[in-house]
Amino acid sequence: MFNLKTTPFHERTSVLCQPQNWRKWAGYFVAGSYEHTLDSEYWAIRNAAALIDVTPLIKYIIKGKDAAALLHRVTTRDIYKMKVEQVYYTGWCDDEGKMIDDGTVSRLDDSTFRLTAAEPNLRWLTMNAVGMDVSITEVTDEIATLSFQGPNTRKVLNLVCEKPVDELKYFRLMTNAIKGAQVTISRTGYTGDLGYEIWMDNNDALKVWDTLMEAGADYGIAPVGILAMDMARVEAGLFMLDVDYTSTTHAWIEAQKSSPFELGLDWTVALDKPGYFVGRRALEREKKEGSAWKMVGLEVDWDGMERVYKQVGLPPQIPGMAVRASLPVMVGNVQVGYASTSSWSPLLKKYIALAHLQRPYYELGTAVRMEITVEHHRQHAPAKVVKLPFYEPEWKKR
Amino acid sequence: MTSNNYDAIIIGGGHNGLVAAAYLARAGKKVVVLERRHIVGGAAVTEEIFPGYKFTEFSYVVSLLRPEIIRDLELPKHGLKILPLPSTFTPMENGDYLASWDDHDLTRREIYRHSPLDAEAYDEYARVMARAAKAIKPIINLIPPDPSSLHPRDLFNLLKLGQYAASLSEKELYMIAKLVTQSSADMLEEWFETDALKGTKAASGIIGTFLGPRSPGTAYVLLHHYMGEIDGAFRAWGFAKGGSGGVSGAIANAARALGVEIRVNSPVKQVKVKNGRAAGVVLENGDEIDSKVVLSAADPKRTFIQFVEPKHFPDEFVTAIQNFRVRGSSGKVNIALSRLPRFTALPDEPALYRGAVSISPSIDYIERAYDDAKYGQISRRPYLDMIFPSMIDPDMAPPGQHVLSCFVQYAPYDVEGGWDDEKRNQLGEAVISTIEQYAPDIRECIVGMQVISPKDIEAIAGITGGNIFHGELLLHQIFFLRPVPQWADFRTPLKGYYFGASGAHPGGGVMGAAGMLAAKEMLKDGF
Repeated sequence: MFNLKTTPFHERTSVLCQPQNWRKWAGYFVAGSYEHTLDSEYWAIRNAAALIDVTPLIKYIIKGKDAAALLHRVTTRDIYKMKVEQVYYTGWCDDEGKMIDDGTVSRLDDSTFRLTAAEPNLRWLTMNAVGMDVSITEVTDEIATLSFQGPNTRKVLNLVCEKPVDELKYFRLMTNAIKGAQVTISRTGYTGDLGYEIWMDNNDALKVWDTLMEAGADYGIAPVGILAMDMARVEAGLFMLDVDYTSTTHAWIEAQKSSPFELGLDWTVALDKPGYFVGRRALEREKKEGSAWKMVGLEVDWDGMERVYKQVGLPPQIPGMAVRASLPVMVGNVQVGYASTSSWSPLLKKYIALAHLQRPYYELGTAVRMEITVEHHRQHAPAKVVKLPFYEPEWKKR
Repeated sequence: MTSNNYDAIIIGGGHNGLVAAAYLARAGKKVVVLERRHIVGGAAVTEEIFPGYKFTEFSYVVSLLRPEIIRDLELPKHGLKILPLPSTFTPMENGDYLASWDDHDLTRREIYRHSPLDAEAYDEYARVMARAAKAIKPIINLIPPDPSSLHPRDLFNLLKLGQYAASLSEKELYMIAKLVTQSSADMLEEWFETDALKGTKAASGIIGTFLGPRSPGTAYVLLHHYMGEIDGAFRAWGFAKGGSGGVSGAIANAARALGVEIRVNSPVKQVKVKNGRAAGVVLENGDEIDSKVVLSAADPKRTFIQFVEPKHFPDEFVTAIQNFRVRGSSGKVNIALSRLPRFTALPDEPALYRGAVSISPSIDYIERAYDDAKYGQISRRPYLDMIFPSMIDPDMAPPGQHVLSCFVQYAPYDVEGGWDDEKRNQLGEAVISTIEQYAPDIRECIVGMQVISPKDIEAIAGITGGNIFHGELLLHQIFFLRPVPQWADFRTPLKGYYFGASGAHPGGGVMGAAGMLAAKEMLKDGF
């Protein structure tokens, strides 16, 4: 039978996945959730320790004398400043300064980097590496990856790792071992909480999984699917390719493309870095002229929404998960943008959304209205533009 | 009592003729379709050559049939069902295979196995081609203006075309400029490194032409085949329920429901000309039928040289029609099977038999097949595009048994020594021995076999030269040059005589566009 791949954790995850809601992700099957409702998985992320199989994340090893030069050229960050065992989050653009993809760059040693991406980028990297002394190897299928997220994760890791992880700072990585299995642990994640990503050889996958599950039992560890992670990432103000923005390589029309500035990634665009990088001129221009759009957080005014529902005799009803549907955002009777992901936040008890608004409506505090469907009728709930992330616990970076 | 006086006569009951008839009847005209054979459909017919086994005799897949025709004529109500053709499987000479599915992730995984770079390039290539197709597609429904004419209609259409060209981005224009000048091999080599992938893609650039993948201009033909893939839900290649005869049947039913009279066994001998106008036709049997206008849905040669005495046309026009290239280059082998053959490269996966099987292991393979044909030989190792219609529509063969449709190229119309039974056997043998390389048990499964040479396409379907597009889709034979300059708007130098078939803009592929557009132009002129 031709089918998509399963990850090296499948032997465990397939037994645990009660609702059998497998989701396709970059040519793999992963569990959407392990339980029939998302509540406890979400709270494992926010209150305990969530073990998430993120193996399908596309991974490249970029190695050679010019590895740094290649990544310096392709991404918007200043890779020359990057230290060994440091991790950068970055986007990368086409020459018009529009986003192709985003991910993390990890400097494993002086001339070796690991790049993660949502979509395959081997062709783009290869095209940019002409004349460079560098090799680019996709290792997605060889390196199993677990995202271990939540406030208790450090304690659990300290129980099972050869070296303690206490000193591992935010967006840094270390080599370590779990029951003899060599792993790389980075203090990164997609939840905006304290969290780590553990990178290991496929052959060690089950051993690492079992060890963590066993040691984490007393700390509330739970296998968590990508649906609960989706809620957490909205709270963390983190966007997703193909959901919250369209890669230039997929866009049919110019209007579908986004620049890093439009996605709120100003802090990742190192216009002061030396030399050429792809998209530099267009990004310099946009920086000077300002952006036409901006991705912002929207917080729906609960009382206002309640009033709209009350008209039909109902309390507010919103889905208990992140919804990837475009919702128009209005000011007066004019549409000024759209929300690309909206979600109930169980922790904040708020209805929140990642939205793309046109100038000048993207300024903090702007009052807008977001579409809601009330008993089959389109209505609008009052909302306001707020700072991202919606939620940032003090332990995230500490 | 049949009438002998109509508003419009349509010569030829192929799908274009039927579409034109239906559109005219829909506008309230009294229309008769005159078909030479005992069945309608032309090259889109399904026949039981061996009892119980239905052969989609000539054309075999649908993708370009215009969706507006399906909607306007309510074809689904009249029996049209286009079933999915979800995969393509290319067995390779080294025993491996290359497959692609309608699922993006599955296809990426499979191509990745051969080349990680190609897996990505495949996506990007598909997008670039789809964008180019999207950019070019509006032209299909545009009446080609004559750029040298000052007629208001031409000026208006030229303006529309100009506005349209101006709406394209620079990148799109460059892309189109490249596509119309490159060979498909050159273009594909810019994208891919896997031979079987390049070979399979290149194959759609040579279909229906007498060119090889290394001949310039073939990149456009490739694009032509992408046109069908960009209409959202309508995008993919499909197989019509009942074969291509199912398409013609549905259009004929729709036409009849609209009041069209269809007469089979009614070959037309000549168009009657009165006072410099087409005024009806004379049938082979001597019967005369009068009408205000006549539309020919036959090929350009028959339309302008056989049906009308050349004296009614300007010399230049006749010469241009004589020069119109209609070199048939492909044949068809239809096989009745007692069971499915077993492709040795194919993993144990019956689902793949529901898609196409392409014998196109490399560009060189196809170019070599062309080399034979260039010098008048049947390709010793031809390019084959095969489907098992009975795997897609179980009603095509008795339960448990199957039919196999093999499009085969090259089989030159002007084969050295001419076509006869021996040559036909040679073509059949070239096909079977080629399949045998990949499915060694094919001979054991054969119950019956029909070999169709370009000469047979000419004799049975009535297409001069046996070219499946009624004339090659060459750059000098498309758009305002199709069939000849100045006469690409479905009108002809003879008043009241129209031309709407694959030899007219926008070309072949069971599109129906020529028939629809011609009917609309006729209605504009009024009659």
